[in-house]
Amino acid sequence: MEDDILPSDTAVEDAPVGGTSGDESDRRRIKELWVSGTEEPAWVTASTDEGAQEMLPREQELAAELHAQEGTSVLDDRLYEEDVIADETNIINMGPQHPSTHGVLRLQLELEGEIVRRAKPVIGYLHTGMEKTAETLTYLQGGTNVTRMDYLAPLHNELCFSLATERLLEVELPPRAMAIRILMTELNRISSHLVWAATQGMDIGALSMMIYGLRERELILAFFEKVTGLRMNHNYIRPGGVAADLPDGWEEDVVRILEVIPQGMEEYKDLLTGQPIFLERTQGVGVITADEAMAYGLGGPMLRASGVAWDLRKSEPYSGIENYEFDVPIGEHGDVYDRYMVRMAEIHESVKIVRQVLETMPDGDYRTGDLKVTPPPRARIDESMEALIHHFKIFTEGFKVPLGEVYQAIESPRGELGHYLVADGTAKPWRLHVRAPSFVNIQTLPVMMADQLLADAVATIASTDPVMGDCDR
Amino acid sequence: MDFLDVLIIIVKVVVAFVFLLINTLLLIWAERKVVAWMQNRVGPTRAGPAGVLQGLADGIKLFFKEHITPRNVEFNVYILAPVLSLLPALLIFTVIPMGPSFAIGERTVSFQVTDLNVGLLFIIAMSSTAVYAVVLAGWSSGSKYPLLGGVRATAQAISYEAAMGLALVPAIVYAGTLSLSELVAHQSGRFAGLLPNWHIIVLAPSFILFFIAAVAETNRAPFDLVEAESELVGGFHTEYSGIRFALFFLAEYINIFSMSALAVTVFLGGFNGPALFEVGTFPASLVGVVWFLVKTYAVVFLFFWIRATLPRLRYDQLMELGWKRLIPATLAWLGVFSIVLGFVRFGAPWA
Repeated sequence: MEDDILPSDTAVEDAPVGGTSGDESDRRRIKELWVSGTEEPAWVTASTDEGAQEMLPREQELAAELHAQEGTSVLDDRLYEEDVIADETNIINMGPQHPSTHGVLRLQLELEGEIVRRAKPVIGYLHTGMEKTAETLTYLQGGTNVTRMDYLAPLHNELCFSLATERLLEVELPPRAMAIRILMTELNRISSHLVWAATQGMDIGALSMMIYGLRERELILAFFEKVTGLRMNHNYIRPGGVAADLPDGWEEDVVRILEVIPQGMEEYKDLLTGQPIFLERTQGVGVITADEAMAYGLGGPMLRASGVAWDLRKSEPYSGIENYEFDVPIGEHGDVYDRYMVRMAEIHESVKIVRQVLETMPDGDYRTGDLKVTPPPRARIDESMEALIHHFKIFTEGFKVPLGEVYQAIESPRGELGHYLVADGTAKPWRLHVRAPSFVNIQTLPVMMADQLLADAVATIASTDPVMGDCDR
Repeated sequence: MDFLDVLIIIVKVVVAFVFLLINTLLLIWAERKVVAWMQNRVGPTRAGPAGVLQGLADGIKLFFKEHITPRNVEFNVYILAPVLSLLPALLIFTVIPMGPSFAIGERTVSFQVTDLNVGLLFIIAMSSTAVYAVVLAGWSSGSKYPLLGGVRATAQAISYEAAMGLALVPAIVYAGTLSLSELVAHQSGRFAGLLPNWHIIVLAPSFILFFIAAVAETNRAPFDLVEAESELVGGFHTEYSGIRFALFFLAEYINIFSMSALAVTVFLGGFNGPALFEVGTFPASLVGVVWFLVKTYAVVFLFFWIRATLPRLRYDQLMELGWKRLIPATLAWLGVFSIVLGFVRFGAPWA
């Protein structure tokens, strides 16, 4: 940080460095200065601008912040003497426009030679205020909003939002609606993991993997387009069921997907799993222990790779997933390689689930019979005035959700995706908060990156599978 | 030396230069096509038939683009670096014989710009010089990512230079010459009456070791740490744009071609191949050139293939591979080969 944005005024000398807001008196002081002074005090600017996010030299950084950046908040596994490296390091900025920060993640790294000693993720470059937007949309429109958060697993966002709404509404779903939801979300899990495999390969230099992963994903996206009309941002899973029944001939498409995906997996195995350079680049890289993973609140494949068998589909089953048989693959070392193996195994498990859904797809309605939530069938609108009015009301005013709050969590491809929904009795949520798995995963980057080479840092970012839309919302 | 000799030399230089430039444009196109096919894509299709003019189009674009010079650069060095990278790449090629010599009237003209009697040494020296360009580019850019690329280049070049040189020594010992034309001549004829008498038959380990070192020497995947797009963004050439960047790009592809040509000359028989015409006349020499190019492009294809398949090595793994495996392996092979050759040539010392 430059000298001119450090506190200069004596009255605000003890003001916090690094942009955190101080206590009440600090804030009052800022206000006074703003009103009376001719110029904004430099550190007020610092607390609001990007400069406040800069990683500082060690002696200027707060102790707790330093621990967070070194990844030693939980477990001190530093491999160096602090005073030895104090003036031999170089702070380097990585992102938000860097080819392997998966969108707009920004990292600041303190490098000693090429060894990363401290890391500081900076987020917020894709913040679009979607949680706030949710308060202006009805529950039926909410799906269009949340689906854009984690854009690689849109159906999981929709499912989570719909489940939360349905719990507040206390509506029951017909079995076919639940089965369709499982079918779609598990296919989505496969497609999301395929994108991850593609980018993981690309980030360590295996360029062909990028194309191969996307090639198989294309098949799933084509199926999604057939079912929902769109390749992404479907708004297909809605409170009260799904938007439409599966199209004719969906079975053939799913059978084809179930054939092609395992074939593709065999190719990835040839290309990466047995490849000595790949093993060297991933084994023992980006390690996070089970204790640290749990302390940081990790979930999903990241946690399971550390050896903790925790899967919300097993522990808090939703949408009838308990009716299907599948295993929860776990890793052992918590390194990039284990995360790779866990995700690859999860694709196989999802294939298993999809196959079971295909075989046992129940007949019946694809949405709840609760007329308060479900718009009337199209045919009824032509013959009944009341149905027309009802249809109009549902899509303009929306349905009212009773007062209450709910936290609904599901297992998204990236970990625990939670929607905390507060309803105030109107047709729009009073508050929606999303517990985003990418956000939680990114905070562990310093733990995994510390004391490793720059190239490992890239492999580690890829292995956390961050989606910045999910993280920043 | 009269006027005609000078003219011949000038023609040779111009032909070699133009050939290298056109060849580079084709190589860029070929790489993009080959890698695209390996990745289920189609590659460039727009410029010219099957996109063959893509390299030319890119070159023209780069030529007319604005040069962006960052404020912190050390300007003279910054400008010098791309030129320094291109020069050795061009010079390496001058000593490589592309075809058998032929007679025009009284004179014998060789398909080689100059036939140095220490050609191999010259090539090793020139390829070592090339690293200065990368180091200076990284340092003079005044930016952190290029600097990291430059530091990596230094370490990588020192390690793999040694391995490359050592991998070539058995060939020198076997043929007893440093001149590339004599190396090619040594590989004419038949080996055991059946196979072509190429050095690769006797020196297969040398070829493999040389090829690995050559990939590292040209900074190609999986040893492209100097650029490492996913880590260092562009490495040493991050801050270069326009024609300055194009010179680096040109040098990289010329280096690939030269290294492949060197591999062909030293190990794969050079321009030797079934001659279809009477040796020593002009069309017959062209057949030799065709053989040379076919072999060289086959080796170049290996470069492309490896790039499409393998992940990139890490910095420490690269050094480990260089110092702990490649150099000991080349030394051991050199020792074994020299002793065996000694026995074959001179008989056992006690006999």
